[in-house]
Amino acid sequence: MELPANGEAVAVRADLKLVGSLVPTGSRVLDIGCGDGSLLEFLQTTKNVDGRGIELSQKGVNECVARGLSVIQGDADSDLVLYPDDAFDYVILTQTLQATYRPREVLEHMLRIGTRAVVSFPNFAHWRIRLKLGLGGRMPVTRELPYSWYDTPNIHFFTIRDFVDLCDELNFTVEKALALNRHGRPIPFRGPWWVWNLFGAQAVFVLHR
Amino acid sequence: MATQSTPVEPGANLRVEVDRARKEADEPSSPFVRFGPDQPFRLDSGKQLDHLQIAYQTYGALNEERSNAIVICHALTGDQHVANEHPLTGKPGWWARMVGPGKPIDTDRYFVICPNVLGGCMGTTGPASTNPETGEINGLGLPLVTIADMVRAQVRLLDHLGIEKALAVVGGSMGGMQVLQWASAHPDRVFSAIPIACSARHSSQNIAFHEVGRQAVMADPDWRGGRYLDEGTRPRKGLAVARMAAHITYMSDKSLHTKFGRELQDREKPTFGFDADFQIESYLRHQGVTFVERFDANSYLYLTRAMDYFDIAAGHGGLLANAFKRETRFCVVSFTSDWLFPTEESRAVVRALITAGASVSFVEIETSGGHDAFLLNEPEMFDTIAGFLSAAASERGVR
Repeated sequence: MELPANGEAVAVRADLKLVGSLVPTGSRVLDIGCGDGSLLEFLQTTKNVDGRGIELSQKGVNECVARGLSVIQGDADSDLVLYPDDAFDYVILTQTLQATYRPREVLEHMLRIGTRAVVSFPNFAHWRIRLKLGLGGRMPVTRELPYSWYDTPNIHFFTIRDFVDLCDELNFTVEKALALNRHGRPIPFRGPWWVWNLFGAQAVFVLHR
Repeated sequence: MATQSTPVEPGANLRVEVDRARKEADEPSSPFVRFGPDQPFRLDSGKQLDHLQIAYQTYGALNEERSNAIVICHALTGDQHVANEHPLTGKPGWWARMVGPGKPIDTDRYFVICPNVLGGCMGTTGPASTNPETGEINGLGLPLVTIADMVRAQVRLLDHLGIEKALAVVGGSMGGMQVLQWASAHPDRVFSAIPIACSARHSSQNIAFHEVGRQAVMADPDWRGGRYLDEGTRPRKGLAVARMAAHITYMSDKSLHTKFGRELQDREKPTFGFDADFQIESYLRHQGVTFVERFDANSYLYLTRAMDYFDIAAGHGGLLANAFKRETRFCVVSFTSDWLFPTEESRAVVRALITAGASVSFVEIETSGGHDAFLLNEPEMFDTIAGFLSAAASERGVR
């Protein structure tokens, strides 16, 4: 999948390093929407993982393969079904769930083919977004969600609390959760979900079957 | 590697052409190995060859660990002369852009082996070869061979060279079919595989094109029921027509339009006759004429047939995914304008490999070059293949 942001990609994707830190050494990893392969390469060189990737843009795929990464062209909605059960230790989906057609099925597949899933996403309940929509009366355009309503690839907006509800419904265990501030740094305090839901610009979850 | 022989001029003495074709088939100018009746070679057809000769070409050096060998499988009308001057035509090797020092398949790092396929005409046993027992030319007496037979012959060559496992097996078109067959039937001998512009089964449309080509060859009176070499002739016209028809399928509408359009050949206006008025006609005629100088018509029949019979899934309960194991790393390559082996065929292979749990990369190269793009200057293809190979080599500890 394409990066959600262009100019500010570096700041927004500070979660890459963070996501990387959640994956143990030597794991079998599938990165869905691996972009130019930076996370996979980072994991392969620092964590010695057996990494595979799926990427929507053919250009991104070709770049990844030229870098020696094992990547195919495809997307989360239609291609996860091909993978056999338990093929991976970790299945990673960064900043993409909101752009899939069937987020629920995508999550189910992730935890079918992998023992654990790492999911990062922009939180639509961040206070800035609430202000822009609630008081400004317009669809919010922020650093994490930089698109106008008419050209956004993001079709399923949701919040941290929505995501927790879905995990409950699917009987997934939240093994670890982090809320990140606007600069991609973890919020150091842990309150009830509604607190993170208000102050987290993004969230990163590690889920377990 | 290269030989001193001079190219045959177009229209040269037919006798010379026949003699040189026979000589190249029996005593090739490249290295070769012979196996006798003590090691009979069994074929898919149920028949066996008591005598098997395999001609091959090598580039670079085998390392001490014997871990840097790359097998290149050539296409229908290719041969083992990948990166050296062709002994019959004097032209550069067919993949000189890809293979050589500092090239994507870097002969400073890898040991490259390219065998002439079984059924071919450049020194590996084929219809133009002489049977050592009878002293007669095989002709149609040679049993039909399959892609799997070709690959088993290549495995035998690796045994002979003392190579347990190839670092990579690479090939386009019919070469790509062999790559898939290698990975499917001999997964323990293949560390990584690069099938390019191919398919796991030959399509109905492609069988149809091949049949047109074969009928053209057999309709030539000089084919003589397949015994033309015995009778000192060659079905040049028939084979040239087969090549012309096939050559169209190797290009794309766009590349033909860009290259030739409706331009006339050395004339201001049409001649109102059947001369080659259009540049494309002249080009195709040239392709036909130059092809027959270096290729054996019966080989063309055998090899097209081998491709027609190719269907990996058929041997695995119809499920392609069952044909593969997860050990081999794959890099599947297709081209956007290839209508002979469209991307969808490669995608089917990729899906099967994913289901089988194999490590697979898949790149589709944007090009107007058509099927033949794998032979052309496609920088993105070079980059991806170089990157994939280098990663595989590092994984295997090849410096």
